[in-house]
Amino acid sequence: MSPDTPHLDPIFGRLTLDAIPFQEPILLGTFAVVVLLGIVVVGVVAYFNAWGYLWREWITSVDHKKIGIMYIILAIVMLVRGLADAVMMRLQQAMAFNGADGYLPAHHYDQIFTAHGTIMIFFVATPLIVGVMNFVVPLQIGARDVAFPFLNNIGFWLTTMAAMLVNLSLFVGEFSQAGWVGEPPLSGLADLPGVGVDYYLWALQISGVATIIGGINLLATIMRMRAPGMTFMRMSIFTWSSLCVNALIVLSFPFLTIAVSLLTLDRLIGTHFFTLDAGGNPMAYVNLVWVWGHPEVYILVLPALGLYSEFVATFCSKRLFGYNSMVVALVSICVIGFIVWVHHFFTMGSGASVNAFFGIATACVAIPTGVKVYNWLFTMYRGRIRFEVPMMWTISFMFVFLLGGLTGVLNSIPAADYVLHNGMMVVAHFHNVAIGAITFAMLAAIDYWFPKAFGFRLEPFWGKVAVWSWTIGFFVAWMPIYVAGFVGVTRRTRVFDDPSLQPLYIIAAIGTAIILVGVVAFLIQIYVSIVNRKALRDVTGDPWGGRTLEWSIASPAPDYNFAFTPVVHDVDAWADMKARGYKRPTEGFKAIHMPKNTATGIIASILVFIFAFAVIWYMWWVAAISFLLLLGVLIGHTFIYDRSFHIPEDVVTRTENERTRLLAQQG
Amino acid sequence: MASTAHTEVKGDNFHVTEEPHHEGHSTVIGFWIFLMQDMLLFCGLFAIFAWLGGHYANGPAPLDDGTGQPLFHLTPVAINTVIMMVSAFTCSMGMVNIRKENVGAALRFFGITALLGLGFLFMQYREAVNMAAVGATIQTSAFLASFFVIIFTHCLHVIAGLVWFVVLAVQINLHGLDDANERRAVCFSMFWNFLDITWVIVFVFVYLMGVLK
Amino acid sequence: MKLHHFYALLPLAAILAGCNAVELNPSGDVAVQERDLILYATELMLIVILPVAFLTTLFAWHYRHDNKSARYEPEWHHSTPLEVVVWGIPIIIIAVMSVTTWKTAHTLDPYAPITRLGPDQPVPPGTKPLVIQVVALDWKWLFIYPEQGIATVNEVAAPINQPIEFRLTADRTQNSLNIPAIAGQVYAMPTMETELHAVVNKVGEYRGKSSRFSGTGFSEMHFWFHGLSTEDFGKWVAQVKTAGGTLDTATYQQLQVQSVSEPVHRYGSVDPQLYKLAVDQCVGKPGNLCLSTIRANDFKKGNGLCRPNVSASN
Ligand code: HEM
Ligand SMILES: [Cu+2]
Repeated sequence: MSPDTPHLDPIFGRLTLDAIPFQEPILLGTFAVVVLLGIVVVGVVAYFNAWGYLWREWITSVDHKKIGIMYIILAIVMLVRGLADAVMMRLQQAMAFNGADGYLPAHHYDQIFTAHGTIMIFFVATPLIVGVMNFVVPLQIGARDVAFPFLNNIGFWLTTMAAMLVNLSLFVGEFSQAGWVGEPPLSGLADLPGVGVDYYLWALQISGVATIIGGINLLATIMRMRAPGMTFMRMSIFTWSSLCVNALIVLSFPFLTIAVSLLTLDRLIGTHFFTLDAGGNPMAYVNLVWVWGHPEVYILVLPALGLYSEFVATFCSKRLFGYNSMVVALVSICVIGFIVWVHHFFTMGSGASVNAFFGIATACVAIPTGVKVYNWLFTMYRGRIRFEVPMMWTISFMFVFLLGGLTGVLNSIPAADYVLHNGMMVVAHFHNVAIGAITFAMLAAIDYWFPKAFGFRLEPFWGKVAVWSWTIGFFVAWMPIYVAGFVGVTRRTRVFDDPSLQPLYIIAAIGTAIILVGVVAFLIQIYVSIVNRKALRDVTGDPWGGRTLEWSIASPAPDYNFAFTPVVHDVDAWADMKARGYKRPTEGFKAIHMPKNTATGIIASILVFIFAFAVIWYMWWVAAISFLLLLGVLIGHTFIYDRSFHIPEDVVTRTENERTRLLAQQG
Repeated sequence: MASTAHTEVKGDNFHVTEEPHHEGHSTVIGFWIFLMQDMLLFCGLFAIFAWLGGHYANGPAPLDDGTGQPLFHLTPVAINTVIMMVSAFTCSMGMVNIRKENVGAALRFFGITALLGLGFLFMQYREAVNMAAVGATIQTSAFLASFFVIIFTHCLHVIAGLVWFVVLAVQINLHGLDDANERRAVCFSMFWNFLDITWVIVFVFVYLMGVLK
Repeated sequence: MKLHHFYALLPLAAILAGCNAVELNPSGDVAVQERDLILYATELMLIVILPVAFLTTLFAWHYRHDNKSARYEPEWHHSTPLEVVVWGIPIIIIAVMSVTTWKTAHTLDPYAPITRLGPDQPVPPGTKPLVIQVVALDWKWLFIYPEQGIATVNEVAAPINQPIEFRLTADRTQNSLNIPAIAGQVYAMPTMETELHAVVNKVGEYRGKSSRFSGTGFSEMHFWFHGLSTEDFGKWVAQVKTAGGTLDTATYQQLQVQSVSEPVHRYGSVDPQLYKLAVDQCVGKPGNLCLSTIRANDFKKGNGLCRPNVSASN
């Protein structure tokens, strides 16, 4: 019994021409530009005859490095979209005072902040961390690939298709207006009957499944594929944080799956899980979604903390202080992360003792987090700090993060949260962490491992411009928002009745512009570096004086990563090898067994995309056909037995000889 | 421990010359992790049932379907539970025969498992039809929504198991019991045993406790 | 370092916030305590944060690459005393704060009746709180004064120094009643009733609003809270009474229709059952559809595990 749309077209479902925003010139213009850009890209690729190359080397690739890079590219593209949303909100909020209505009606504004939050969390932050983990972890544990290379590929394509779904909603239909966690009753059919929430739910569902697939994959990889000698206590801190994060993913994402599925059922077939009538209870969704949602924020931040540990040790040319403490801290953050979710709804009338318990549990996270900050500090102590771009990000992060930690603990006190909840203070706090910890870490990681991916370093000048602009921009953009929080301004507000706030919002808009300079500087940095790639060539494979295994191999890393699987004797395996006069083997290479590429990932993902689109619009026949095809493709895939091949010995030898030659040239 | 690793006597070999890993060595652990997250999914559904399972909204309840008759009939469900448990046993027998490389017997046992699975689906289908006859559908109330979503999720898993069996049988016929197929058989039996365990939990938690006064 | 030194920082914050920093300069005792709590916790954490920020700067400068005179110990990575400090300080700080967290969660519990009007100023015995029933509708606030028998939309008043007991519910979407100058917020949710106890100490006009996003008209869902002297409050009530009009089922159903920027309405009399029906989600509906009836029925049919609550809570 689908919700009664009396004249449901048998072919197009509820999709009509009205769904296309002809009356919105801005959207139509954007759409035209996107289509044009798409045509240009397709044309250019075809002109250079690169489709075959793209298909063979990237789209169907199961190489963890390439998949990691594709994840990061996806994230950067979506970051631009998310920032466009942010700028629109900032402009609206800077204008809408003194009775002025701004330029965005509620219908638009509400979609924009929902899209911004959804995109930033699911299609920027998550792909960034998944991409970096994918690229780095196998290299750091001395493996040639992940445990399930095909799952890696399909995970990426599913994420991409989910992102496409969100973007498509801009031009066909609408997006959700219920905020990034989509809580009922607002997100129920009664209040938002349009396709917006459905787009949102399917995008989350698909990207959630993709994340679980990726989590299982990396978990199995770290547990089973470490090089000989690499005990758990010899793994790098970043690998440790990846282990924790993927465990968190596997433990928490099923709850997102349930929340999203049940809400979908409510909307699609008229069940009563979260409705106000027939015994449903919206609080059930709120609990489910935050049982996932809180671990999710640690899923995003822990890899960042792991990355800073790598950068600090490398650029201080020093062993990380308190390795064991770091590990204990990571694990305890994960464990505590599961018993704090109620702090997202202290104000929903749970009892005083319940609130106090969850508040104190939340504050306890500050203990291991504090320990980590101290350990970075003492790693700098008696080090030799080189202020390369990743280290600059790290130092900037340390200051920004102190502020984020302070405000986080403030929010954890229930009696304070009664004042702060749903206010701009909370918004400022999570941007403090989302920008200052997560985004900074990922930009630093791109800078750090870029040579390993492409064989040349990124040009530092524009990198430094980016660091300074993001840092200054962050403070200019978000300090006024903290103040707005203390003044008592509410989040998701579109127009303001209190004119004295306007200066704050104007400053915040200026800050956003400074951040945009940082984004542009980052893009220029990449462009300039590509142009100057000869001069920036990394010949040694170890441009930073690295400490972990990925720096023991050539840049860019060869397809097979390690010609011989390394044997590990210490944390910081590569530093240990260098210290003990390791000689790189120059002969005796053998053929290497590697997984084969597969097209199943992208084909299946496209079918999933079509299926989701059809269900959103109630085009049942398309949904049925695409579902059957999907089943067929997946089952068909299991009939492929020949999934690996050997990189022949002479290819390995040739590649390694080239490296020998370059190293010799170097001196 | 970092320090002990540091002071320990150090070998000087920095690489191995033999391949340490081979294909498929992580399959079982990966599948096990998958099953654990699947178990969490069921846990979430159980939690929802524990919360909403008493919200009948003036509609049918386990002991009163509106006509004064009980909605839950334990006998067919108990039979189904026995079916599920027997099928787990036959599945394990199939596994024993896989280990012995006794392909024919293994497939026969798996076949019986699948047939039992079909029987299980049929019984559940009858239950749903009977319930619908007294107006108890997934749309009726929060209680029935949270009830049916557990049952349907379990049935979907059983259907997936049946499809898997057919595919596996074809593949073993095509390629014999090579390493890949053996791994698949191991995973299949893990999956089926997992289904059995979840069903027993469903039986106790949903049905038995549902009719307890 | 002594705690009160940090008070030096406070004016800074105040300047930043300008004169409108309601949450830093409240007019109700509950809000005052909540502000003090925030400031106290901030100071407590600055004890760790300032030294760390200072040391970060210092180390970054001193151990920079080209300062060859700085000591360099690449293998130094462990020190038991330091580890003790590193774990000890955060543990102590959080432990100290937890005590406050626990206490204030109870003393400032929105459900707890007001016991003091200000520091050293207990509520005089025998004082009855002013009960205000609040219904959040799309997108306006309805305030019902059961004892006075009046109701208002998007306007609310209370006498100073008398405890106020808000009872909250909502019609369709969740909202949050937030009057920053006098107290923290509590959600108003359909099918449920929540409570907020507060007191206003100074005469004045204070902004109130919803702080839980509820859809299209959310941003405009604000109102003025009048803090009045006891006499003025009496006058205000009389004024509303003379405004005439009755809030009954029919008027409530008109209010249920979604509207943005709803002007102030006043009702001189109120159907006394209305609020209960609103919580029960059955204004103008037959009695067997009332949630409390349904829940009572559920309870009768209930079974061991999933016995529903009869009371109108989760
Ligand atoms: C770089 C500059 C950024 C700017 C200027 C910006 C701006 C904004 C603004 C104006 C809002 C709406 C605040 C309100 O409710 O009134 C918002 C919400 C949000 N932002 Fe950002 N943002 C930025 C980056 C990020 C990043 C990097 C993330 C996450 C990784 C993020 C995640 C979110 C989320 C989750 C919300 C909440 C959406 C909701 O209310 O449902 N933002 N942001
Ligand atoms: Cu949280």
